[in-house]
Amino acid sequence: MAQHTTADTSLREKLRRAERRRKIQAGTLIGPLLLLMLIFYFIPIGMMLYRSIDNSRMREILPNTARALAHWSGESIPGEEAFAAIVRDMKKAYPARTLATAGRRLNFDQVGFYSLLLKSGRKIKKIDGPPYRDKLIKIDKKWGDPAYWTVLKRGLRNITWMYLLRALDLRYDTQNRVVGVPEEEAIYVSIILRTIYISLSVTILCLVIGYPLAYFMATSSASVRNLLMIGLLLVFWTSLLVRTLSWILVLQDKGVVNSFLLWTGLISHPLPLVFNRFGVYVAMTHVLLPFMVLPLYSVMAGIPSYYVRAARSLGATPIAAFFKVYTPMTLPGIGAGCLMVFIQALGYYITPALVGGPKDQMVSYFVAFFVNERVNWSMASALGVVLLVMTGSFYLIFGKRVNITNMKLG
Amino acid sequence: MQQYHVSFRGVQKSYDGIRLVVKDLNLDIEKGEFVTMLGPSGSGKTTCLMMLAGFETATHGEIYYNGRPVNDLPPHKRGIGMVFQNYALFPHMTVGSNLAFPLKVRKQPRHEIDKAVRDALDMVQMGEFIDRYPGQLSGGQKQRVALARALVFRPELVLMDEPLGALDKQLREQMQYEIKNIHQRLGVTVVYVTHDQSEALTMSDRIAVFEDGIIQQIAPPDDLYERPDNSFVAQFIGENNTLRGTVATIREGVARVRLEDGQMVSALAVNVDTDGIPTLLSIRPERVAINPDEAKMAQTVDGHVEQLIYLGDHIRCRMTVAGNSEFIVKIPNAGGSGMLEVGQDVRIGWLTEDCRALDAQ
Ligand SMILES: Nc1ncnc2c1ncn2[C@@H]1O[C@H](COP(=O)(O)OP(=O)(O)OP(=O)(O)O)[C@@H](O)[C@H]1O
Ligand SMILES: [Mg+2]
Repeated sequence: MAQHTTADTSLREKLRRAERRRKIQAGTLIGPLLLLMLIFYFIPIGMMLYRSIDNSRMREILPNTARALAHWSGESIPGEEAFAAIVRDMKKAYPARTLATAGRRLNFDQVGFYSLLLKSGRKIKKIDGPPYRDKLIKIDKKWGDPAYWTVLKRGLRNITWMYLLRALDLRYDTQNRVVGVPEEEAIYVSIILRTIYISLSVTILCLVIGYPLAYFMATSSASVRNLLMIGLLLVFWTSLLVRTLSWILVLQDKGVVNSFLLWTGLISHPLPLVFNRFGVYVAMTHVLLPFMVLPLYSVMAGIPSYYVRAARSLGATPIAAFFKVYTPMTLPGIGAGCLMVFIQALGYYITPALVGGPKDQMVSYFVAFFVNERVNWSMASALGVVLLVMTGSFYLIFGKRVNITNMKLG
Repeated sequence: MQQYHVSFRGVQKSYDGIRLVVKDLNLDIEKGEFVTMLGPSGSGKTTCLMMLAGFETATHGEIYYNGRPVNDLPPHKRGIGMVFQNYALFPHMTVGSNLAFPLKVRKQPRHEIDKAVRDALDMVQMGEFIDRYPGQLSGGQKQRVALARALVFRPELVLMDEPLGALDKQLREQMQYEIKNIHQRLGVTVVYVTHDQSEALTMSDRIAVFEDGIIQQIAPPDDLYERPDNSFVAQFIGENNTLRGTVATIREGVARVRLEDGQMVSALAVNVDTDGIPTLLSIRPERVAINPDEAKMAQTVDGHVEQLIYLGDHIRCRMTVAGNSEFIVKIPNAGGSGMLEVGQDVRIGWLTEDCRALDAQ
């Protein structure tokens, strides 16, 4: 028995060695490509990740304060040297207008910080010597509240989780605990849930429409198949914007659909078909359908007809043969198609932005919003990270299961 | 009409509406018989099987199963077991589930299914593989499972389309033996398709030789080998020597034939009926004798030894006879048979009943 085991382990060892050699060979081949990917893919993503937690700007604005608070225990208000430091920083930052930036940032954590800093900045010229503590508290007695100093100290760290927490409707309270933001400010979780819900609905719609389409393609003659394939790929040859806009033309109040329905007399007022959830579903399903059909088709085309025939000869009705034998064999295609559509839908921006209403916007819309309108790269990055984590975790959970790495397209 | 298990009556089939791939097929199969369809590639064997299974419809004619016409009966209602060349085991199901499939769709109770599955797997010695997936089996093992699956619901008729085509020679021979055994044990009717003639000869009760959509001859293996009806069958089954000639006279079923070099021989008139027509004589290599006793063997001709191949139990001798340089003679290795040499001229002979005068094609 013991002998048996040693033989087993040595065999396993040999196998491992053989596998390792193969892996090294593969590694040298893909090495340069990997490097390229690293540079052009991971570095931008890495920068985005960093942006979402980067807080170094604050230390640049208030360098002395950051240094002075480094060793403060946080139990009572800090000593005179901390007050001296912040007075020095404010004297420089107020005229440079960077104090407002810091104020806005700290206001996220503690409402009132913005006005506190600006008010103090305006009057800071009057402070020409010690005692700094008393003079500052005289300007505003909030400076005597340790809670503000706690927020300030946290706000001066090199990295901050504030933006990420914010993207999940969370924040730090004055005691450094993570708590939910007040209800009227909580918007991101519902946007994230909405994003998942819309993506899921679009995925299901794509599957319901795409599965019969792919089946029809896989079973029809070569000429019909080519025609369908061209029709499907046409979608890739037209710009996303054009396709989305054409849906507006079709679905709007004076559009083709409403005009027809009014003409038939089925309705007396135009149906609201666009700039709402319905429009988003229609346009996104149309745009993403090929990503469902192509993997499905590629799997279906590889299933020889004899499996269904075998099932029939074994006594299965056509319907039973289809659902018990054919459909399970297309599961890899279903998985890959759903994953591809779902993951792409999660990041959709243009289509919902154009054909959706305010209540149909998804996470990407707010990323763009923070970049374009608020020039708040940190918040934009934090929402980007949320998207990335969402996408990544869906990929990890389901990608493994559907074996997406083994999928071939076309 | 006598009730056959399966009858093809005047069946024709065309896929494209232009060419008939099966032309006027008439075939009766008795219950429990093992009938093989043998023929070259493209001769319509699979098509016949598919019509019987219900996956193709006959363009013309009727197929009867148990005395009932089945042209309009869908495949799942025919209850015919089928083994496909590429096994067609469902890859997403274990061996056990594959076998349970036909019983589940028949809504048999759970415990009966379990027992039937185990029995069927034991029959093909695959009991221990019940939880494996088809992807984890070797070709031979897959074939056994496919066989068990086609039999597990106890069909009275099993169709097999080149089931052993993908296996190596040794495994093929072993499986031939096992299939034959199972056939005898269960008493099922088997319609078997192959283009391997030795497989057909060893397994079948009767063989239907197909060519170009027509059955050339249907007969038990020994008949087919020893009494081929026409020159296609003679050449398709086993090794065969042919000599071209012209019929001089036919008397009492024996034809006098003038060979191309002028020599006269007698042969059984099988497929020739008038004087003066061209004919192809067929003689099996093992029925030819070297330097025969002229009193016993009336038919002797001259031969010229071209090549000798030592094969252990016999010696293969290729010679030129009446203009045919591919004339093969099998000489049993009876010891001390070093008498022939390449380049030698010898006299060879055979019995009249071993030489058949067939159509000249
Ligand atoms: N689905 C089909 N559509 C059109 N023609 C077909 C079809 N199936 C078979 N044929 C044609 O019918 C003829 C007979 O085919 P079949 O498959 O019955 O031959 P076979 O005897 O089984 O040959 P093999 O030994 O190669 O399997 C062939 O010429 C083939 O090209
Ligand atoms: Mg075939």
